[in-house]
Amino acid sequence: MGDFKLRRSLLYVPGNMPSMLQNIPIFNCDAVIIDLEDAVPMSEKDAARHLVKHFLMNYTERNKELLVRINPLDSKWGYEDLKVVLPALPDGIRLPKADTPEIVERLDTLLTEFEEELDLEIGRFRVLPSLESALAIINAVGIANSSQRIFALAFGAEDYTASMEIERTKGGEELFNARTRVLWAAKAAGIQAIDTIFADVNDMEGLKAETELAKRLGYTGKCLVNPRQIEVVHDVFAPKKEEVDYALQVIEAIQRARALGTGVISLKGKMVDAPVVKRAARVLRTAYAHGMVDTLIDEEAIHGAQ
Amino acid sequence: MKITRKVQAGTMQSSDLMVFLEPAEHLTVTIESTVLKQFGELIRAKVDEVLARHHVESGEVRITDRGALDYAIEARLETALLRAAEE
Repeated sequence: MGDFKLRRSLLYVPGNMPSMLQNIPIFNCDAVIIDLEDAVPMSEKDAARHLVKHFLMNYTERNKELLVRINPLDSKWGYEDLKVVLPALPDGIRLPKADTPEIVERLDTLLTEFEEELDLEIGRFRVLPSLESALAIINAVGIANSSQRIFALAFGAEDYTASMEIERTKGGEELFNARTRVLWAAKAAGIQAIDTIFADVNDMEGLKAETELAKRLGYTGKCLVNPRQIEVVHDVFAPKKEEVDYALQVIEAIQRARALGTGVISLKGKMVDAPVVKRAARVLRTAYAHGMVDTLIDEEAIHGAQ
Repeated sequence: MKITRKVQAGTMQSSDLMVFLEPAEHLTVTIESTVLKQFGELIRAKVDEVLARHHVESGEVRITDRGALDYAIEARLETALLRAAEE
Protein backbone atom coordinates (compact mmCIF):
# COMPACT_ATOMS: atom_id res chain seq x y z
CA MET A 1 0.00 0.00 0.00
CA GLY A 2 2.77 2.41 0.87
CA ASP A 3 4.69 1.84 -2.33
CA PHE A 4 5.45 4.92 -4.36
CA LYS A 5 4.95 4.36 -8.02
CA LEU A 6 4.53 7.20 -10.44
CA ARG A 7 1.16 6.96 -12.15
CA ARG A 8 0.58 10.36 -13.72
CA SER A 9 -0.75 9.13 -17.03
CA LEU A 10 -2.85 6.02 -17.65
CA LEU A 11 -3.60 5.79 -21.37
CA TYR A 12 -6.57 3.84 -22.69
CA VAL A 13 -5.79 1.67 -25.71
CA PRO A 14 -8.64 -0.13 -27.55
CA GLY A 15 -8.25 -3.88 -27.18
CA ASN A 16 -9.31 -4.83 -30.69
CA MET A 17 -6.89 -2.67 -32.71
CA PRO A 18 -3.50 -4.19 -33.51
CA SER A 19 -2.21 -0.87 -34.86
CA MET A 20 -2.76 0.76 -31.44
CA LEU A 21 -1.67 -2.20 -29.32
CA GLN A 22 1.63 -2.39 -31.18
CA ASN A 23 2.41 1.19 -30.23
CA ILE A 24 2.16 0.52 -26.50
CA PRO A 25 5.92 0.00 -26.10
CA ILE A 26 6.67 3.45 -27.54
CA PHE A 27 4.06 5.52 -25.68
CA ASN A 28 5.77 7.47 -22.90
CA CYS A 29 2.89 7.23 -20.43
CA ASP A 30 3.32 5.62 -17.00
CA ALA A 31 0.66 2.99 -17.58
CA VAL A 32 -1.73 1.76 -20.23
CA ILE A 33 -5.22 0.42 -19.77
CA ILE A 34 -6.02 -1.98 -22.57
CA ASP A 35 -9.76 -1.77 -23.01
CA LEU A 36 -12.00 -4.78 -23.52
CA GLU A 37 -15.10 -2.91 -22.38
CA ASP A 38 -16.46 0.25 -24.04
CA ALA A 39 -13.96 0.34 -26.93
CA VAL A 40 -14.95 -3.12 -28.14
CA PRO A 41 -18.30 -3.85 -29.82
CA MET A 42 -20.32 -6.74 -28.42
CA SER A 43 -19.72 -8.91 -31.49
CA GLU A 44 -15.93 -8.65 -31.07
CA LYS A 45 -15.51 -9.33 -27.33
CA ASP A 46 -14.04 -12.79 -28.00
CA ALA A 47 -11.69 -11.50 -30.70
CA ALA A 48 -10.40 -8.64 -28.55
CA ARG A 49 -9.52 -10.76 -25.56
CA HIS A 50 -7.55 -13.21 -27.71
CA LEU A 51 -5.77 -10.38 -29.49
CA VAL A 52 -4.81 -8.83 -26.14
CA LYS A 53 -3.64 -12.17 -24.79
CA HIS A 54 -1.34 -12.78 -27.76
CA PHE A 55 -0.11 -9.21 -27.73
CA LEU A 56 0.81 -9.40 -24.04
CA MET A 57 2.48 -12.78 -24.43
CA ASN A 58 4.73 -11.30 -27.10
CA TYR A 59 5.42 -8.07 -25.22
CA THR A 60 8.05 -9.50 -22.93
CA GLU A 61 10.26 -6.46 -22.42
CA ARG A 62 7.70 -4.42 -20.59
CA ASN A 63 8.48 -0.78 -20.00
CA LYS A 64 5.30 0.44 -18.33
CA GLU A 65 2.51 -0.77 -16.10
CA LEU A 66 -0.12 -2.78 -18.00
CA LEU A 67 -3.71 -2.88 -16.87
CA VAL A 68 -6.63 -4.50 -18.66
CA ARG A 69 -10.12 -3.08 -18.36
CA ILE A 70 -12.37 -6.11 -18.39
CA ASN A 71 -16.10 -6.08 -18.94
CA PRO A 72 -18.22 -5.81 -15.77
CA LEU A 73 -18.27 -9.01 -13.72
CA ASP A 74 -22.06 -9.23 -13.99
CA SER A 75 -21.88 -9.19 -17.80
CA LYS A 76 -21.45 -12.42 -19.74
CA TRP A 77 -17.91 -11.42 -20.77
CA GLY A 78 -16.18 -10.40 -17.53
CA TYR A 79 -15.17 -13.85 -16.31
CA GLU A 80 -14.07 -15.00 -19.76
CA ASP A 81 -11.93 -11.84 -20.11
CA LEU A 82 -10.03 -12.80 -16.94
CA LYS A 83 -9.68 -16.42 -17.98
CA VAL A 84 -8.14 -15.59 -21.36
CA VAL A 85 -6.03 -12.56 -20.42
CA LEU A 86 -4.58 -13.39 -16.98
CA PRO A 87 -2.22 -16.15 -18.21
CA ALA A 88 -0.55 -13.43 -20.33
CA LEU A 89 0.31 -11.64 -17.07
CA PRO A 90 -0.99 -8.08 -17.08
CA ASP A 91 -0.03 -6.14 -13.93
CA GLY A 92 -3.59 -5.54 -12.93
CA ILE A 93 -7.25 -5.25 -13.76
CA ARG A 94 -9.28 -2.10 -14.09
CA LEU A 95 -12.70 -3.03 -12.82
CA PRO A 96 -15.55 -1.04 -14.37
CA LYS A 97 -18.75 -0.37 -12.44
CA ALA A 98 -17.16 -1.07 -9.07
CA ASP A 99 -20.31 0.09 -7.34
CA THR A 100 -19.97 -1.81 -4.07
CA PRO A 101 -17.20 -3.39 -1.95
CA GLU A 102 -18.79 -6.78 -2.67
CA ILE A 103 -18.12 -6.46 -6.42
CA VAL A 104 -14.43 -5.80 -5.75
CA GLU A 105 -14.30 -8.68 -3.25
CA ARG A 106 -15.70 -10.96 -5.93
CA LEU A 107 -12.95 -9.92 -8.33
CA ASP A 108 -10.39 -10.41 -5.55
CA THR A 109 -11.59 -13.98 -5.01
CA LEU A 110 -11.50 -14.75 -8.73
CA LEU A 111 -7.98 -13.34 -9.03
CA THR A 112 -6.83 -15.50 -6.11
CA GLU A 113 -8.28 -18.57 -7.82
CA PHE A 114 -6.48 -17.75 -11.06
CA GLU A 115 -3.22 -17.08 -9.20
CA GLU A 116 -3.47 -20.50 -7.57
CA GLU A 117 -4.23 -22.15 -10.88
CA LEU A 118 -1.37 -20.35 -12.65
CA ASP A 119 1.00 -20.96 -9.75
CA LEU A 120 1.59 -17.25 -9.14
CA GLU A 121 2.16 -15.33 -5.95
CA ILE A 122 -1.19 -14.50 -4.31
CA GLY A 123 -1.81 -10.78 -4.69
CA ARG A 124 0.23 -10.47 -7.89
CA PHE A 125 -2.64 -9.05 -9.91
CA ARG A 126 -3.50 -5.55 -8.70
CA VAL A 127 -6.90 -3.87 -8.95
CA LEU A 128 -7.95 -0.38 -10.00
CA PRO A 129 -11.69 0.02 -9.32
CA SER A 130 -13.66 2.55 -11.35
CA LEU A 131 -16.00 4.66 -9.28
CA GLU A 132 -18.44 5.79 -11.92
CA SER A 133 -21.94 5.92 -10.48
CA ALA A 134 -23.76 7.64 -7.66
CA LEU A 135 -23.77 4.34 -5.77
CA ALA A 136 -20.01 3.91 -6.16
CA ILE A 137 -19.36 7.43 -4.88
CA ILE A 138 -21.50 6.75 -1.80
CA ASN A 139 -19.59 3.48 -1.24
CA ALA A 140 -16.15 4.95 -1.95
CA VAL A 141 -14.74 4.37 1.54
CA GLY A 142 -15.82 0.74 1.66
CA ILE A 143 -14.54 0.11 -1.87
CA ALA A 144 -11.12 1.63 -1.07
CA ASN A 145 -10.73 -0.87 1.77
CA SER A 146 -12.29 -3.90 0.09
CA SER A 147 -9.09 -5.53 -1.18
CA GLN A 148 -5.35 -5.40 -0.51
CA ARG A 149 -4.88 -5.48 -4.28
CA ILE A 150 -6.21 -1.95 -4.75
CA PHE A 151 -3.41 0.56 -5.41
CA ALA A 152 -5.65 3.49 -6.36
CA LEU A 153 -9.22 4.58 -6.91
CA ALA A 154 -10.20 5.83 -10.35
CA PHE A 155 -12.98 8.34 -10.82
CA GLY A 156 -15.03 7.88 -14.00
CA ALA A 157 -16.93 11.06 -14.81
CA GLU A 158 -18.59 10.00 -18.06
CA ASP A 159 -20.61 7.17 -16.53
CA TYR A 160 -21.01 9.11 -13.29
CA THR A 161 -22.74 12.02 -15.03
CA ALA A 162 -24.89 9.53 -16.93
CA SER A 163 -25.93 7.91 -13.64
CA MET A 164 -26.75 11.37 -12.28
CA GLU A 165 -28.73 12.24 -15.42
CA ILE A 166 -26.69 15.41 -15.90
CA GLU A 167 -24.38 16.83 -18.57
CA ARG A 168 -20.64 16.90 -18.05
CA THR A 169 -19.21 20.41 -18.50
CA LYS A 170 -15.65 21.55 -19.06
CA GLY A 171 -15.72 23.58 -15.85
CA GLY A 172 -16.53 20.39 -13.97
CA GLU A 173 -18.54 22.05 -11.16
CA GLU A 174 -21.05 19.20 -11.31
CA LEU A 175 -18.25 16.73 -10.50
CA PHE A 176 -16.82 18.53 -7.53
CA ASN A 177 -18.39 16.59 -4.68
CA ALA A 178 -17.85 13.20 -6.26
CA ARG A 179 -14.26 14.04 -7.17
CA THR A 180 -13.54 15.06 -3.61
CA ARG A 181 -15.22 12.05 -2.06
CA VAL A 182 -13.15 9.66 -4.19
CA LEU A 183 -10.07 11.53 -2.99
CA TRP A 184 -10.98 11.33 0.68
CA ALA A 185 -11.60 7.61 0.40
CA ALA A 186 -8.28 7.05 -1.40
CA LYS A 187 -6.22 9.22 0.93
CA ALA A 188 -7.79 7.72 4.04
CA ALA A 189 -6.92 4.26 2.75
CA GLY A 190 -3.37 5.34 1.88
CA ILE A 191 -3.73 4.73 -1.85
CA GLN A 192 -3.51 6.87 -4.98
CA ALA A 193 -6.35 8.68 -6.74
CA ILE A 194 -6.64 8.76 -10.53
CA ASP A 195 -8.80 11.38 -12.19
CA THR A 196 -11.24 10.83 -15.03
CA ILE A 197 -10.60 11.17 -18.76
CA PHE A 198 -10.83 14.45 -20.68
CA ALA A 199 -12.63 13.52 -23.86
CA ASP A 200 -11.89 16.49 -26.16
CA VAL A 201 -8.52 15.56 -27.64
CA ASN A 202 -8.22 18.85 -29.50
CA ASP A 203 -8.62 21.04 -26.43
CA MET A 204 -5.19 20.99 -24.79
CA GLU A 205 -5.92 24.11 -22.72
CA GLY A 206 -9.04 22.48 -21.30
CA LEU A 207 -7.07 19.32 -20.53
CA LYS A 208 -4.40 21.36 -18.80
CA ALA A 209 -6.92 23.28 -16.69
CA GLU A 210 -8.73 20.12 -15.64
CA THR A 211 -5.47 18.33 -14.80
CA GLU A 212 -4.29 21.31 -12.75
CA LEU A 213 -7.55 21.25 -10.80
CA ALA A 214 -7.21 17.52 -10.19
CA LYS A 215 -3.62 17.92 -9.02
CA ARG A 216 -4.53 20.81 -6.72
CA LEU A 217 -7.25 18.71 -5.11
CA GLY A 218 -4.88 15.80 -4.51
CA TYR A 219 -5.14 13.48 -7.50
CA THR A 220 -1.86 11.82 -8.45
CA GLY A 221 -2.70 10.88 -12.02
CA LYS A 222 -5.19 11.04 -14.84
CA CYS A 223 -6.65 8.67 -17.40
CA LEU A 224 -6.11 9.62 -21.02
CA VAL A 225 -7.83 8.78 -24.28
CA ASN A 226 -5.11 9.89 -26.71
CA PRO A 227 -1.29 9.71 -26.64
CA ARG A 228 -1.18 13.41 -27.53
CA GLN A 229 -2.49 14.13 -24.03
CA ILE A 230 0.47 12.52 -22.25
CA GLU A 231 2.85 15.43 -22.41
CA VAL A 232 0.35 17.99 -21.10
CA VAL A 233 -0.49 15.78 -18.14
CA HIS A 234 3.17 15.06 -17.32
CA ASP A 235 3.95 18.77 -17.44
CA VAL A 236 1.20 19.52 -14.96
CA PHE A 237 2.24 16.75 -12.57
CA ALA A 238 5.94 17.60 -12.78
CA PRO A 239 7.00 19.59 -9.73
CA LYS A 240 8.09 23.17 -10.50
CA LYS A 241 11.77 23.93 -10.02
CA GLU A 242 10.97 26.31 -7.15
CA GLU A 243 8.97 23.58 -5.42
CA VAL A 244 11.92 21.19 -5.70
CA ASP A 245 14.41 23.76 -4.44
CA TYR A 246 12.17 24.58 -1.51
CA ALA A 247 11.67 20.89 -0.70
CA LEU A 248 15.42 20.35 -0.63
CA GLN A 249 15.76 23.28 1.76
CA VAL A 250 13.03 21.84 3.98
CA ILE A 251 14.84 18.51 4.27
CA GLU A 252 18.10 20.29 5.02
CA ALA A 253 16.39 22.44 7.65
CA ILE A 254 14.73 19.53 9.42
CA GLN A 255 18.02 17.63 9.51
CA ARG A 256 19.59 20.68 11.12
CA ALA A 257 16.70 20.82 13.59
CA ARG A 258 17.13 17.18 14.52
CA ALA A 259 20.84 17.73 15.10
CA LEU A 260 19.76 20.37 17.63
CA GLY A 261 17.38 17.91 19.23
CA THR A 262 14.13 19.45 18.03
CA GLY A 263 11.47 18.50 15.46
CA VAL A 264 10.53 22.00 14.43
CA ILE A 265 12.54 24.83 12.90
CA SER A 266 11.99 28.03 11.02
CA LEU A 267 12.88 28.34 7.33
CA LYS A 268 12.68 31.81 5.80
CA GLY A 269 10.25 32.80 8.51
CA LYS A 270 7.96 29.77 8.01
CA MET A 271 7.59 26.88 10.39
CA VAL A 272 8.91 23.52 9.24
CA ASP A 273 7.67 20.43 11.09
CA ALA A 274 6.62 16.86 10.31
CA PRO A 275 3.72 17.52 7.86
CA VAL A 276 5.80 20.06 5.92
CA VAL A 277 8.61 17.51 5.68
CA LYS A 278 6.18 14.86 4.47
CA ARG A 279 4.94 17.13 1.68
CA ALA A 280 8.52 18.02 0.74
CA ALA A 281 9.39 14.31 0.60
CA ARG A 282 6.53 13.71 -1.79
CA VAL A 283 7.71 16.54 -4.06
CA LEU A 284 11.23 15.08 -4.03
CA ARG A 285 10.07 11.58 -4.86
CA THR A 286 8.10 12.91 -7.82
CA ALA A 287 11.07 15.07 -8.82
CA TYR A 288 13.29 11.99 -8.70
CA ALA A 289 10.91 10.17 -11.04
CA HIS A 290 11.12 13.14 -13.41
CA GLY A 291 14.92 13.08 -13.25
CA MET A 292 15.02 16.49 -11.54
CA VAL A 293 17.04 15.27 -8.52
CA ASP A 294 19.74 12.59 -8.49
CA THR A 295 18.95 10.66 -5.36
CA LEU A 296 15.78 9.15 -4.00
CA ILE A 297 15.00 10.51 -0.55
CA ASP A 298 15.29 7.89 2.20
CA GLU A 299 12.94 7.23 5.09
CA GLU A 300 15.44 8.44 7.67
CA ALA A 301 15.57 11.88 6.09
CA ILE A 302 11.79 12.09 6.32
CA HIS A 303 11.18 10.71 9.79
CA GLY A 304 14.61 11.02 11.47
CA ALA A 305 16.51 8.15 13.11
CA GLN A 306 14.62 6.18 15.77
CA MET B 1 -10.66 -28.56 -33.76
CA LYS B 2 -13.22 -28.88 -36.54
CA ILE B 3 -14.49 -26.16 -38.82
CA THR B 4 -18.23 -26.83 -38.70
CA ARG B 5 -19.56 -23.53 -39.98
CA LYS B 6 -18.70 -20.53 -42.09
CA VAL B 7 -17.19 -17.71 -40.03
CA GLN B 8 -14.87 -14.75 -40.20
CA ALA B 9 -12.67 -12.86 -37.73
CA GLY B 10 -10.49 -9.76 -37.79
CA THR B 11 -10.78 -6.38 -39.48
CA MET B 12 -9.50 -4.63 -42.61
CA GLN B 13 -7.55 -2.02 -40.62
CA SER B 14 -3.83 -1.74 -41.21
CA SER B 15 -1.71 -4.11 -39.10
CA ASP B 16 -4.70 -6.45 -38.95
CA LEU B 17 -6.07 -9.26 -41.09
CA MET B 18 -9.33 -10.99 -41.93
CA VAL B 19 -9.67 -14.72 -41.57
CA PHE B 20 -12.44 -16.57 -43.45
CA LEU B 21 -13.17 -20.20 -42.63
CA GLU B 22 -15.57 -22.61 -44.31
CA PRO B 23 -16.19 -26.32 -43.90
CA ALA B 24 -14.61 -28.36 -46.74
CA GLU B 25 -13.47 -31.89 -47.36
CA HIS B 26 -9.79 -31.00 -47.68
CA LEU B 27 -7.62 -28.40 -46.07
CA THR B 28 -6.80 -25.45 -48.34
CA VAL B 29 -5.08 -22.22 -47.36
CA THR B 30 -5.03 -19.09 -49.52
CA ILE B 31 -3.30 -15.90 -48.52
CA GLU B 32 -3.72 -12.40 -49.90
CA SER B 33 -1.46 -9.76 -48.44
CA THR B 34 -0.22 -6.23 -49.00
CA VAL B 35 3.22 -7.62 -48.17
CA LEU B 36 2.90 -11.00 -49.89
CA LYS B 37 6.20 -10.77 -51.74
CA GLN B 38 8.29 -10.06 -48.67
CA PHE B 39 6.40 -12.00 -46.01
CA GLY B 40 4.12 -14.49 -47.78
CA GLU B 41 6.13 -17.49 -46.66
CA LEU B 42 6.34 -16.37 -43.07
CA ILE B 43 2.60 -15.73 -42.92
CA ARG B 44 1.95 -19.15 -44.39
CA ALA B 45 4.30 -20.77 -41.87
CA LYS B 46 2.50 -19.06 -38.99
CA VAL B 47 -0.93 -20.08 -40.31
CA ASP B 48 0.20 -23.69 -40.77
CA GLU B 49 1.65 -23.73 -37.26
CA VAL B 50 -1.60 -22.50 -35.66
CA LEU B 51 -3.74 -24.90 -37.73
CA ALA B 52 -1.50 -27.82 -36.74
CA ARG B 53 -1.57 -26.87 -33.07
CA HIS B 54 -5.36 -26.90 -33.16
CA HIS B 55 -5.44 -30.16 -35.13
CA VAL B 56 -7.34 -28.66 -38.03
CA GLU B 57 -7.34 -31.23 -40.81
CA SER B 58 -9.99 -29.97 -43.19
CA GLY B 59 -11.63 -26.73 -44.25
CA GLU B 60 -11.14 -23.74 -46.48
CA VAL B 61 -8.92 -21.10 -44.89
CA ARG B 62 -8.68 -17.67 -46.54
CA ILE B 63 -6.50 -14.89 -45.16
CA THR B 64 -6.58 -11.25 -46.24
CA ASP B 65 -3.63 -9.62 -44.55
CA ARG B 66 -2.95 -5.91 -44.02
CA GLY B 67 0.54 -6.21 -42.67
CA ALA B 68 -0.29 -7.97 -39.40
CA LEU B 69 2.43 -9.15 -37.03
CA ASP B 70 2.63 -12.77 -35.89
CA TYR B 71 0.72 -12.28 -32.64
CA ALA B 72 -2.24 -10.78 -34.54
CA ILE B 73 -2.27 -13.59 -37.12
CA GLU B 74 -2.29 -16.11 -34.30
CA ALA B 75 -5.04 -14.28 -32.39
CA ARG B 76 -7.37 -13.76 -35.36
CA LEU B 77 -6.98 -17.31 -36.60
CA GLU B 78 -7.58 -18.67 -33.09
CA THR B 79 -10.72 -16.52 -32.73
CA ALA B 80 -12.01 -17.71 -36.12
CA LEU B 81 -11.36 -21.35 -35.21
CA LEU B 82 -13.22 -20.98 -31.91
CA ARG B 83 -16.13 -19.35 -33.73
CA ALA B 84 -16.14 -22.06 -36.41
CA ALA B 85 -16.21 -24.82 -33.81
CA GLU B 86 -19.08 -23.36 -31.76
CA GLU B 87 -22.30 -25.31 -31.70
